[in-house]
Amino acid sequence: MVTTYAVTHGRQMPAISRVASILSRNVAALRSGPSYWLVLLSGFFEPMLYLLSIGVGVGALIGNISVGDKTLSYAAFVAPAMLAVSAMSGALAETTYNFFAKFKFVRSYDSILATPLKPMDIAAGELVWAMLRGSLYTVCFLIIMVALDLTTPLWALVTLPATMLVGLAFGSIGMAISTMIRGWQDFDLVHVGQFSMFLFSGTFSPVQDYPFAVEILIALTPLYHAVEVLRALSTGAPSLGILVSIAYLALTTLAGLMVASRRMSKALLA
Amino acid sequence: MTEPLIYARALEKKFGDFAAVKGIDLEVAPGEAFGFLGPNGAGKSSTMRMIGCVSEPTGGELRILGMDPVRDGSRIRARLGVCPQHDNLDPDLTVFENLTTYARYFGIPRSEGRRRATELIEFVQLAEKADGKVEQLSGGMKRRLTIARAMVNEPDLVLLDEPTTGLDPQARHLLWERLFRLKQAGTTLVLTTHYMDEAEQLCDRLVVMDRGKVVAEGSPRYLIDTHSTKEVVELRFGTESPASFVEKLAGIGDRLDPLPDRLLLYTADGEGAVSEVHRRGFTPSSVLVRRSTLEDVFLILTGRTLVN
Amino acid sequence: MAGTLATLERNLITYKRNWRASVFSSFVLPLLFIISIGIGVGRYVGTVNGWDYLSFIVPGVLAAGAFQTAHGESTFAVMSDFKWSRAYHAMRATPLRIGHMIGGWQLYIQIRVFIGSAIFLAVSALFGAVHSPWVLVTPLVCALLALAVGAPVSAFAASLNSQSYFPLLTRFVVIPATLFSGVFFPVTQLPTLVLPLAYASPLWHAVELCRAAMLGTEPLWPAPAHVGYLLLIAAAGLVWANRAYSKRLKD
Repeated sequence: MVTTYAVTHGRQMPAISRVASILSRNVAALRSGPSYWLVLLSGFFEPMLYLLSIGVGVGALIGNISVGDKTLSYAAFVAPAMLAVSAMSGALAETTYNFFAKFKFVRSYDSILATPLKPMDIAAGELVWAMLRGSLYTVCFLIIMVALDLTTPLWALVTLPATMLVGLAFGSIGMAISTMIRGWQDFDLVHVGQFSMFLFSGTFSPVQDYPFAVEILIALTPLYHAVEVLRALSTGAPSLGILVSIAYLALTTLAGLMVASRRMSKALLA
Repeated sequence: MTEPLIYARALEKKFGDFAAVKGIDLEVAPGEAFGFLGPNGAGKSSTMRMIGCVSEPTGGELRILGMDPVRDGSRIRARLGVCPQHDNLDPDLTVFENLTTYARYFGIPRSEGRRRATELIEFVQLAEKADGKVEQLSGGMKRRLTIARAMVNEPDLVLLDEPTTGLDPQARHLLWERLFRLKQAGTTLVLTTHYMDEAEQLCDRLVVMDRGKVVAEGSPRYLIDTHSTKEVVELRFGTESPASFVEKLAGIGDRLDPLPDRLLLYTADGEGAVSEVHRRGFTPSSVLVRRSTLEDVFLILTGRTLVN
Repeated sequence: MAGTLATLERNLITYKRNWRASVFSSFVLPLLFIISIGIGVGRYVGTVNGWDYLSFIVPGVLAAGAFQTAHGESTFAVMSDFKWSRAYHAMRATPLRIGHMIGGWQLYIQIRVFIGSAIFLAVSALFGAVHSPWVLVTPLVCALLALAVGAPVSAFAASLNSQSYFPLLTRFVVIPATLFSGVFFPVTQLPTLVLPLAYASPLWHAVELCRAAMLGTEPLWPAPAHVGYLLLIAAAGLVWANRAYSKRLKD
């Protein structure tokens, strides 16, 4: 299979088509195996199961929960958190294992950099790709949330772009990490971090319950902000406060992207 | 006469419809170095696996150390040393631990296992690597360690399946030298190989196998004397096809065998044959007179080369 | 027996090298679950069967830990000893029998599960979630569960040639089983259609037994029925393992 990187003679390619050329490479790779689709599907499966088990199952033992001045069913409380988790795991799956393999072992990027593309183009292309995988999960997840009456169709539409931002933030963090780690065994640590965030970012119980120092610590991590934004939007109760979280995610995206492209330049163009 | 360590009559191994071993007879006496020579796919490894009691014969009779390999597999294996074709050393263990752990599989007490491991590591010249990981060893070192491992139970019979395949010449010679010492110490060796030089170096007696059958049996010298001539002349004729010379050179020597790149001329008197070629007005681009080898025996018996 | 112990010894030497990787999954992970779900979510749950939520889920998470350890140790490790290191082929050339190889690996899993359960129970006791001396029975339940999971999964791994099935097994079997086997909420809450799946899960039977031992609650089925089911799966698993190992090492 040949993947082309369109070159316009003599002129600089527009940024959009440079990023698109990276996407078309990944789409081509995607078609190469059916098992990829199963793995792709399974990434969506996991947060869904947690929603049903903890959100609905344990939720039946809880009934309603009050956070601040709002009261909502426990399932509706957990659902946006699992929505954030599915955006996170979709984006991380692409930018950790897959990106690392392409960066260090398959060395796909060496050949791409022999074309007019620059490290920043690759980083941006991979990031958009990771975000799209996360969004595939979140679209499905939002549909199920609407079906289970955990949000309304209108608020689901409002929430969707926010899940894309979450995907971008985690994608760029994952990519930055992948340019820094030494080997596969370091992913164990990434996994520990990912799982700890999964359990403690206000996902299953409000962070206000934790001791203040722990709460501060959690507020420094990205999943907390993702959950804050998506919960506010999917429950139809946005506040000005979420602007801080949105800014946090946007800045994380830019910082991660810059770190990743700078480190790629250093590693591949030295 | 003592009982043979390996005794086979009409031994057969089938995988579904495919017969890998088609009825072979064998006897290996204690203290012998016995070889199976043949190209890939001749049935050597299948025979070795039956002798090693890890693969059941599908026909014929087989007795190892006087016992039935199917019923007494575990008891027989307790007295065998096996060096498989592909190394299966334990990558999670050190060089030394590979030996001590393996000793435990034979029920050898820990202290005794350590004593033997120390001795064997010395014997295969890996003492400096004793605490290193297996991954850090070269191919030749790994093979030597596998041989040391095969010796850990002080076996009555050592089976070596293609012991030097894939090794560089230096590593091969080191290995041959170690195996020769084992042989001198009276260990019974059974090995398979597709290298005629290996068979000539190590084996007292061998069988030539082809397509699941034994096509000849005897000592290397005996096989060469009976099946080949004293000398062989190798002739090359630039770009011309060697086959086209068969007719032109007919009558010189006992036999002519055209190979894709050269013509083999079998004769008792190499120099005489070369003068005869020149006398007929042919000037080969290269001429080599050498002694016959097992390779020639194999070619004469099967019409094919050993290594291709 | 000597042969089984010799292979066990090898497995323990290997573990001595690689134990760090297992600390997270067999110890830290259950602990994080206890804190996040047991304590964090627990404060919103009133009582379940008369017990506070933390006490309710501790027996479940205990069994789930054994379940996950037994599964985790029966996949890549087993397949790689057939396919990559060929350690089983090396053993096959010695007097060892297939039974020794299976026994040595299952005993190794038993030791791993026992250590994990003991540490988990000690920590749970610190959180005040151990209430009865019958807790001493739970390691036996975990041992039986570990065999009922370890044996068939090892057999499955022994018959595979590609590792790509393992992530699918984890995601489509192990995680759903962990989430819907009564660890976090009673299975009677499940829709009738899904209930038989929970009954089929060995984990559920172990959860019922552990909970009965630790909290004195009446198990859903009579205790001997739960034990019998686990024994049956374990026995079938061992038969399957024997067959799969033999087939893999033959010819």
